[in-house]
Formats: sequence, C-alpha cells, structure tokens
Amino acid sequence: MSVSEDEVKILLNDLIDRYGYDFTGYAEASLARRITRLFQLDRFSSFSEFRYRILNNTDYFRRLVEQLTVNVTEMLRDPLFYKAIREEVIPVLATYPFIRIWHAGCSTGEEVYSMAIMLKEAGILQKSRLYATDINPLVIEKARKGIFPVSQMRKYSENYIQSGGTRDFSSYYVSNYNLAKFDEGLGEKMIYATHNLVSDSSFNDFQLILCRNTLIYFDRTLQSRVLQLFDNSLELLGFLALGTKESLKFAPVESRYKIAVPGQKIWRKIR
Amino acid sequence: MAQDQINHIELLVIGGSSGSLGVILTILKALPASFHVPIILVIHRASSSESLLDEVLSLKSNLPVAEVEEKETIRPFMVYVAPADFHVLIEKDKTFSLDYSEKIHYSRPSINVTFLSAAARYGSGLMGILLSGANDDGTDGMKAISDNGGYCIIQDPADAIVDYMPRHALKYMDADAVLSGPEIVQFLLSLPAH
Repeated sequence: MSVSEDEVKILLNDLIDRYGYDFTGYAEASLARRITRLFQLDRFSSFSEFRYRILNNTDYFRRLVEQLTVNVTEMLRDPLFYKAIREEVIPVLATYPFIRIWHAGCSTGEEVYSMAIMLKEAGILQKSRLYATDINPLVIEKARKGIFPVSQMRKYSENYIQSGGTRDFSSYYVSNYNLAKFDEGLGEKMIYATHNLVSDSSFNDFQLILCRNTLIYFDRTLQSRVLQLFDNSLELLGFLALGTKESLKFAPVESRYKIAVPGQKIWRKIR
Repeated sequence: MAQDQINHIELLVIGGSSGSLGVILTILKALPASFHVPIILVIHRASSSESLLDEVLSLKSNLPVAEVEEKETIRPFMVYVAPADFHVLIEKDKTFSLDYSEKIHYSRPSINVTFLSAAARYGSGLMGILLSGANDDGTDGMKAISDNGGYCIIQDPADAIVDYMPRHALKYMDADAVLSGPEIVQFLLSLPAH
C-alpha cells in the first residue's frame, strides 16, 4: 500500500498548519517515496491512521521530519572536491583575519569535521568558525558529538589520502569498540543550530558556504529562493560550494558568480 | 499487452547490473537515430563520480547519450544514464529528480527507484527491460511497471551472463516477454518508434 499524491498534499498542508514546517517546495517524487516508505516501515493500515498519528503525536512528527529529510553523508565525500577546497579555497580564506564558514544542511556533521581537519592542517582552524545547520534537530545532536562509526574509517581514510591529506588520518580520532570519537579540538570551532532553509533567514556573513546534496530535493522555485538566501549571506569574493549534480544555472543569482575551480561545483561571488 | 499498447510506448527504462553492459551496447548500436522513445538506463556500477559510462555508451550509440541532470525535462530521441551514486526519479511534469538517499539492495542508482517512479508517471505508456545481474534490484520495479499496465521484458536467464537478477524477477512476476539479448534488439527494432 502506498500514499497517493492527493494524500501527500493533505499531509504537507497538515505539517504547515499544525507544526509550521513547509515541505511544499520539495521535489515531489522523492518526498512521496519517503512518505510511502515510512508508512510501510511503520506498518500503518490506513492513511487516516497515519495522518492522525502525525497530527497528534509530536514525537512521531519528529520521526517524520527525520525520515523525510535525507541524512546520508560521509567524510571527505568526493575527494577531488575536497582537494579543490584544500588547494584553491583555503589559501584564499587564510588571508582573512577571521573566517566564517556555513555548512547548510550539515546532517550528522561528517562534512563539518572534514572541513575542520583541512583548516587545522592549513593552520587556520583557530581563527575559523564553522556554523553548521540542519532542519532536523536529531542529526544536529549527533553532529555535536563528533562520533562516527569506526566501520567507515577505512573509507574515510582513503578519501582523506585522495583529497591530498598527508598525515595519518587515524590520528584525528580515538576508537572505542565500534565508534570513532574525533578530536575535541576539531569540534571547538563548530557552532551547531537548527535552521530551516525554507523559512529561516540569513544569520551572518560568510566567506564560504557549503550546501551539498540538499538543493536536489527542492523544486526550482525553492532552489532559487535558497540560493538567494546564500547570496544574502555570502561576502563579496566569498565561495559557494554545491553538490556534484547541483548548479546555479537556472537561478537569478547566477550572474553574480563565476566558477572558482574548473570541474568542481565551487563558485565565487564576483559582484 | 495488446499490440496497440506497444505502439504507444512513451518511455523505455532499462535496468542492468553485472553482465548487462554488452547487451546495452548492442541495443544502442542497433537503434537508429530516428528512435524517438526516450530511454533511461539504470546500470549498477562503482560509485565514483568520475565514471565515464555515458561517454563509453555515446561512442556506440546513434542517439545522443547524456547523464541525467536534475530538473531536466525528458525529451524524445535521447538516451539518459542514471548518474553514479544518485537515485533517479521522475516528477509529474516529466522532469528528473535526483536523490542521494540510502542505497537499496546495495545499489545507488537503484533500478527499483526509477522503475517505480516511471511506472507511476507513465502507466501503460512504459516499457521496462531487466537484464543480467547478481542482485535483487529490479524485481519490485518490474512488478510496478506490470501492475500499472506497462510492458515488461526480462532477459532470458539462460542468455544472461549473470542470471540471478532476471531469474529473481521471474520468480515473482510474469513478464510479457522473456527474450535473449539479440531478441530484445530485434523486438525494439520492430517497434513503430522510429
């Protein structure tokens, strides 16, 4: 049994009315698939039962938000992207007296820790602040801890080497059973908060904004709006980094940006 | 499915895993540039973003081959390839959406995700082909195509390099046709789609 398109619309309206969460600008196919997946996973027998639970049980609503937003991520994902950040972006950031970076849609924090490692290796972590936000409070809680599955470390270590890392990746964490706890020094410069790209506004000026594999879940209108939010939050000559399949191509802000690193989804704000 | 329905195919989706590339290359080599039904290929492969699959396929194809771009409208006379490490879905307005959610049957792109989404959008206007592979992926998707009135072709397990995937699908559903690689090519060429 799956949730029909009309029922998805009803749920999305409920979420606005009851909880103030607006998912209507999300790409429908993926959202509908995730709603149906949750419906089946939690074995509801009817749509009305599902709807009732969401409306009347705040904990279940949180679970819904957690399941609707995709939280798949990894450290140093796309090593060549990080190599470009390391070689082309960080040397520019290093010239600033104080560095502000925003990870929008940070999920469980793997990319934030990746960035902290590179800043540390460049000797500029001390003068950096990494603001990391996500719509989902549960992943923010996880991200704060800086604890990741030890089973991933081999992959991350390979990513690290491919990204141009020359140290021993395992020096950044301590393993305890199946968990790897990352160096607290890395976490010291991170500031975590919930932030909804759909409804919340700009909260600072940054020299680098990273938002990778979040815009793909939005429709074109919402993509343009969020890119405008990033533009409002980015200093002149700041960098904007998106996911491998994302682009500024159809957004009104495009004319103010140029590609900073050929072949990578990293733009620079030039006007 | 009636011949009449076969004549009105609006979209062709092809899924394959290990051992499927040869058949796919043969199909692309055989189809003329006048084959207007858009084709989406979902092929399992290593999750490297530098994969050059679309370029390899381009060399053999008479039709233009391109990796799926998000929000792009599905156009005729095109072969689309699901990008490495992303699921491909189809929106109501016949544009693509990409999705980086959990792997399904250890696979991203997942054949099931694209086939289920295409079945919901295209109904009886959809034709699905499931090829060789060593994985459960594709069965649910092919069932959805069939349930929505689409036409299902499964590669004959005896002809598949790795028979697990087509055999698994045939265990759970009846295909409209079970064909060898060369027969699939002949079948597609016999369609009034060009």
